[in-house]
Amino acid sequence: MAEATEHLVKSFDTDLKRLRDMLTEMGGIVESQLVMASAAVMNRDNEAATRAVADDPKVDALEHEVEQFVIRMLALRQPMAVDLRQVVAALKVTGDLERIGDYAANVAKRSIVLGQFNLPYSLTGLGHMASLVQEQLKSIIDALGSSDTAKALEVWRSDQVVDDIYNALFRELITYMMEDPRNITPCTHLLFIAKNLERIGDHATNIAETIYYAVEGEVIPDIRPKGTSAAYAVVRPKD
Amino acid sequence: MSMTTESTQQNASFGNIQARATSTMNPAKIAIRNLDFFYGDHRALKAIALDLPERQVTGMIGPSGCGKSTLLRVLNRMYDLYPGQRATGEAMMDDMNIIDPKIDLNALRARVGMVFQKPTPFPMTIFENIAFGVKLHEKLSKSAMDERVEWSLTRTALWGEVKDRLHSSAMGLSGGQQQRLCIARTIAVRPDVILLDEPTSALDPISTLKIEELIDELKHDFTIAIVTHNMQQAARCADQVAFFYLGEMVECAPAAQIFTSPKQKRTQEYVTGRFG
Amino acid sequence: MSATTSTARGIPGARKDLTVARALGRRRHLTNTIVKVACVAATVLGMVLLASILLSLIWRGAAGISLTVFTHTTKPPGSGGGLLNAIVGTLIQTVIGTAVGTPIGLMVGTYLAEYGRSSPLANTVRFVSDILLSAPSILIGLFVYEIAVEPFGGFSGIAGCIALAIIVIPIVVRTTEDMLSLITPALREAAIGLGAPKYKVIVQICYRSAMDGIVTGVLLAVARIAGETAPLLFTSLGNLNWSISLGQPMASLPVTIYQYAGSAFEDWVQLAWVGALLITFGVLAINIAARLLLRRGK
Repeated sequence: MAEATEHLVKSFDTDLKRLRDMLTEMGGIVESQLVMASAAVMNRDNEAATRAVADDPKVDALEHEVEQFVIRMLALRQPMAVDLRQVVAALKVTGDLERIGDYAANVAKRSIVLGQFNLPYSLTGLGHMASLVQEQLKSIIDALGSSDTAKALEVWRSDQVVDDIYNALFRELITYMMEDPRNITPCTHLLFIAKNLERIGDHATNIAETIYYAVEGEVIPDIRPKGTSAAYAVVRPKD
Repeated sequence: MSMTTESTQQNASFGNIQARATSTMNPAKIAIRNLDFFYGDHRALKAIALDLPERQVTGMIGPSGCGKSTLLRVLNRMYDLYPGQRATGEAMMDDMNIIDPKIDLNALRARVGMVFQKPTPFPMTIFENIAFGVKLHEKLSKSAMDERVEWSLTRTALWGEVKDRLHSSAMGLSGGQQQRLCIARTIAVRPDVILLDEPTSALDPISTLKIEELIDELKHDFTIAIVTHNMQQAARCADQVAFFYLGEMVECAPAAQIFTSPKQKRTQEYVTGRFG
Repeated sequence: MSATTSTARGIPGARKDLTVARALGRRRHLTNTIVKVACVAATVLGMVLLASILLSLIWRGAAGISLTVFTHTTKPPGSGGGLLNAIVGTLIQTVIGTAVGTPIGLMVGTYLAEYGRSSPLANTVRFVSDILLSAPSILIGLFVYEIAVEPFGGFSGIAGCIALAIIVIPIVVRTTEDMLSLITPALREAAIGLGAPKYKVIVQICYRSAMDGIVTGVLLAVARIAGETAPLLFTSLGNLNWSISLGQPMASLPVTIYQYAGSAFEDWVQLAWVGALLITFGVLAINIAARLLLRRGK
C-alpha cells in the first residue's frame, strides 16, 4: 500500500504497517500449508500432511488477532477513504486466508486416508490443478503485500482455467467410479480434494477483488468468470 | 411494541445513509459561478463554481485559510460591512444575483440567514431575541408573534426548556442553548437558506450532537450550508461535501463518495489526515 | 556534583541538580515575600491617606450639619446662614450640564466607534477629544467667558452649564467609544445578518450591550463636574443670594466653598467643611444608587 505521503500522526502509519505485516505472515503460513498438502497428495508424504494440519491453529489465532486489530483501528482512528477501504479489506482478506488454510488442512487430512489405497490411474490432472492453485495463491499474497492491482487482476482472470480443470477432473473421476465400484471410495476422496482446491482458487479470487477495491476505490468493472459447470453436469454411462 | 419502533428507526437511518449515498442532488437553490473574492489586492477565492442544492445540506471542509468561511460570508453579503473586501462573479438565487451591488441587502438577509461560531444572544429577553428579526421584516399581531416565537423555539427543541422563562434574559442560558437560540432566531424570519459557520466548535459533544440532529430536521424545509473543521461532522450531517484548498474548490461530491473514494488526490490526502 | 549524562528520553543538558533547584526556590520565595510586603505596605499607605481625608471631612463637616444648612441661603458671616442656594445651584448646573453634554458625547462616541473608526476625520476627532479630556478646566472657563459672558454683558447660570457640558463631552466620548469597541463584531454581524439596518443595530443591540459602561462614563462625568470650581468662577460666578434664574449669576457648592474656606470667619469655614462633606457623599450616593439600579435591571 504505497502512498505518496505519510500520515501526520505517524502511529497511524505504524498501525497500518502492522496490519499489512500480519496479513503477510498469515499468507505465508497458508501458502506453505498448501505446498505441503499438495506434496502429501502427490507424493503420499504423511509427514508433510501432518505439518500442514499442525499449522492451522496458528492461522486461526492470527485471524482472530487481525479481526480485533481492525475493530480497534476503526474505533480509535476513524479511518477515511483509502485508509477505510484498506482496513475493511484486511478484515475480509483475513477471513479468506483462514478459509484457505482450512481447505489446505482438509486436503492434507484426506491425503493421509488416500494413502491407504492403490490408485491404478494417474493423478497428473490433480497435480496440475494443485500447482496452478499454488501459483494463484503465491501471486495473490505477493499482490497483497505490494497492493499490486495488475497482479490481482491476473489472478482474478486465471480462476477460469482452474475451474475448467476441475470440471474435467469431475468427469474423469465419475467415469472411474462407474467403471469399478472399488474405485468409489478413493475417487470420492479425490473429488473432495479437487473441490477443496477449487474453493481455494475462489477465495484467492475474492482476495483479488478486495485488493482491487481497496486500491482503486471501485469494484472490478468486468463480470466474474465463473466456470464450474460441475454442479449441473450429468455424466451418462456409456452403453 | 418497542421492537417495531426500534426497527423502524433503524430502517429510517439506513434509508438516510442510502439517500445520502445517491448522487442525485436536488436542483440548486444557489448557483455560484466564477466567483472571485478579494481582501484588498489578495485574491482569496478563485473562480468558484458550486451548486447548493435546495433542502439539502452542503458541507464545506478544508484546512485553515482555504476560503470556506469567506465563501459563506459572500452569500449574505457580510463583506459589505468592511471596506476593501469585494467579490466578482455571480451567485444566483431565484433570478437574483447575490453579488449585484444594487440589490436590497436587508431583504437578502431575510432570505439568507447566518449562524456564527460563537453563540451571540442579544442582550434582551429570550422572547425579544426571537422577535427582533421578525419585527424587522413583518408586522405581526401579538398573538401571531407569540405563535412565531413558539414555533421557532419548538423547531429548535428549546421550547420545553425555556417556555417558563421567555421573558428572562437570554444571557442566562447555557452555551448549547444559546446556540440553539441563535438558530431559532434565524429561522424565525423564515429564510430560504441557512448558513452555518462552524456552529458547534465552541460547544461540548452532547450539545454538538443535538445541533446536528437539529440540522437533520431543518433540512426538510431549508437549504443549509455548513462550514466545519470537523470532518466527522461533515460526514454525519452533509448530503454533499465540497473540499476547498488555497481558495479553490478542489472537489464536490456526495458525502459518501468524498469519504470512501474521493477522486482528487488532494482531497484524499486531507480526508485521511496526510496533510492539513 | 551534577551528572553530565542526559535523561533516558534524550533531553539535552546536565541532569537536574536538586541542591541548586532548592536554592533557587528559596530565593524566589524571598523575592515573593518582599514584593508582597511592598504591595501591602503601599496599599496600607494609600488606604491610610484616603481614610484620613474622609475622616477629617466627616470630623470637621459633621460638626456643622444642621437643618439650617439645608433651609437657609448663604448669609453674611455671623448671621447663621446655610448653603441652600449653593446646593440648588450645583444641582441645577450639574443636571443641565450633564443633560446637554451627554447626548453630544454619546453621538460623537458612536460615530467614532461605529462609523468613522480609523478614518482621518475620526482620528482627528479622537485626538482633539483626548486633549480636551485633560485640558485645565480653567481654560474652559475662560473660553466660555469669551463666548457666553462677555457678549451678553454678565455672568449667568447658563454660562456655567455650558462650561460644565464642555467638560462632560470628552469624558462621555471616551467611555462610549471604548464600551462600544468592546462589543464583539460577531454580535453586530448577527444583527446585520438578520437584515437589520445599521442604526437599529446600534440602538437596539450595541447600546443595550454597552449600557453599563456608558452609564459608568456618565457617572464619572457627573462626579467630575459636581466638584469643578475653576470654570464656574468665570461663568456663573457664584451668588450670595437666592437665585435660580439661568440668566443671572448662580451659586454653586464648589465656588461657595472656595469663597468660605479662605475667609477669616469661623462659621463660614465651618460651612465650607460641610459643603465639602456634602459634595463628597452626594457623589458617592449617586454612584451607589446607579450601581444598584443597574444590578436590579439585569
